[in-house]
Amino acid sequence: MKIGIIDYGMGNLFSVEQAVKRLGAEVVISQNKEELLATDGLILPGVGAFPDAMTRLKETGLMELFDDVVTQSKPLLGICLGMQLLFEESIEKGSTKGLGIFSGKIAEFSGVDHSGSAYRVPHMGWNNLQFKRNPTWLRNVHLTDDYVYFVHSFYGTQLAADDLVAYADYGDEIVPGIVQKGSITGMQFHPEKSGACGVSLLTAWLESIQKGASNS
Amino acid sequence: MLTKRIIPCLDVKEGRVVKGVQFVSLRDAGDPVELAKFYNEQGADELVFLDISATHEGRATMEEVVRETASTLSIPFTVGGGIRTLEDMKRMLRAGADKVSVNSAALQNPQLIEQGSNYFGAQCIVVAIDAKWSDEDGTWMIYTHGGREKFPKSAVNWAKEAVALGAGELLVTSMDQDGEKRGFDQKLLAAIREAVNVPIIASGGAGNAQHFYDVLVETNADAALAASIFHYKETSVAEVKQFLKEKGVPVR
Repeated sequence: MKIGIIDYGMGNLFSVEQAVKRLGAEVVISQNKEELLATDGLILPGVGAFPDAMTRLKETGLMELFDDVVTQSKPLLGICLGMQLLFEESIEKGSTKGLGIFSGKIAEFSGVDHSGSAYRVPHMGWNNLQFKRNPTWLRNVHLTDDYVYFVHSFYGTQLAADDLVAYADYGDEIVPGIVQKGSITGMQFHPEKSGACGVSLLTAWLESIQKGASNS
Repeated sequence: MLTKRIIPCLDVKEGRVVKGVQFVSLRDAGDPVELAKFYNEQGADELVFLDISATHEGRATMEEVVRETASTLSIPFTVGGGIRTLEDMKRMLRAGADKVSVNSAALQNPQLIEQGSNYFGAQCIVVAIDAKWSDEDGTWMIYTHGGREKFPKSAVNWAKEAVALGAGELLVTSMDQDGEKRGFDQKLLAAIREAVNVPIIASGGAGNAQHFYDVLVETNADAALAASIFHYKETSVAEVKQFLKEKGVPVR
């Protein structure tokens, strides 16, 4: 099985690459649309600012890739900023249009909860996922623990209820942790840095691709 | 709920993990890659990897050890020691580190914090503060060169400055408590907690599980770091976390 990591110049790909390789998949790191579409599943990583990331996606000519991903129902996993890019819009440094695969907007943590107490931004560290439903690819997986590693200052809001799979509580907010719609999944946390839970989630995602790939 | 983090620190010199009582007498405590794996399996929430010889002897951190260590880990990982330029940061982040920690180089050139934060994001930039009480100054002052030289700046002021420049996290080490195993310096940590609103990692002085409880609960530090008590198995990450859990502190 071959997994394509979308290389558009945002952030460190090493950890994601290592994690996927450790789980036995081949990895192709590329910014070539055809090469990426020839893999069994794609990962959209990303660390940095939303507007810069959208600019890089346009500059590398990768915008069309996502249309094909949707039409072909190709498995795609967006991680951290990579998940945020899948939404309609972000207010980071002004307003920037995203890929629009998920409805909703990326907002910034206010740093103050409803009672007026300050909480720390970024949301950094281990928080537990609370599942609303199972993503299709997680149907038969038993997670031994539900703590995953988050590092972010912006988060998804105004989601379609059906897209939300799991969330974390932080600063009175419901922070979307996993979103899924058809073949497309987003994880706000870093599964590649999330210990046993992250390994289970990535394994389940890869296994679902393996099954899909061998069925077709 | 966001948990408190327990962080083993791998102080590395020439590719081996060492830890000295108050930074003077160094003992060989093992292979960093093996230790990283061990702590990952033990439930460590994060690792810090400090090349303690780098500042003193002007050596660069061993990039290959970092790469090898990072490729075995599925938890976040900070690298410090000898990070002097944006290029050093880039090298370490590319080798697989999630964050870089800067210490003396940032004191000499505070713009390094700002540059790193703008370039890589605040979440990547940890500022390490080595502080020691000074009767003369009536506060905790910054010390450099393994605690041998006093820098003319108070720890609290430097913490504020570093955060204003874009530090995403502070690693605060008490040079008074380090290696003494009598507990963390709660007064120092409380003073810094009061001054800034970024996550704080408490360091220096851990001797038992109770010490972790004390600092995490009483100063509201976000994380606590230790080296020798973990390396020499006087207690374990798992034991500390179990103790905290029983006392109602959120841990993973």
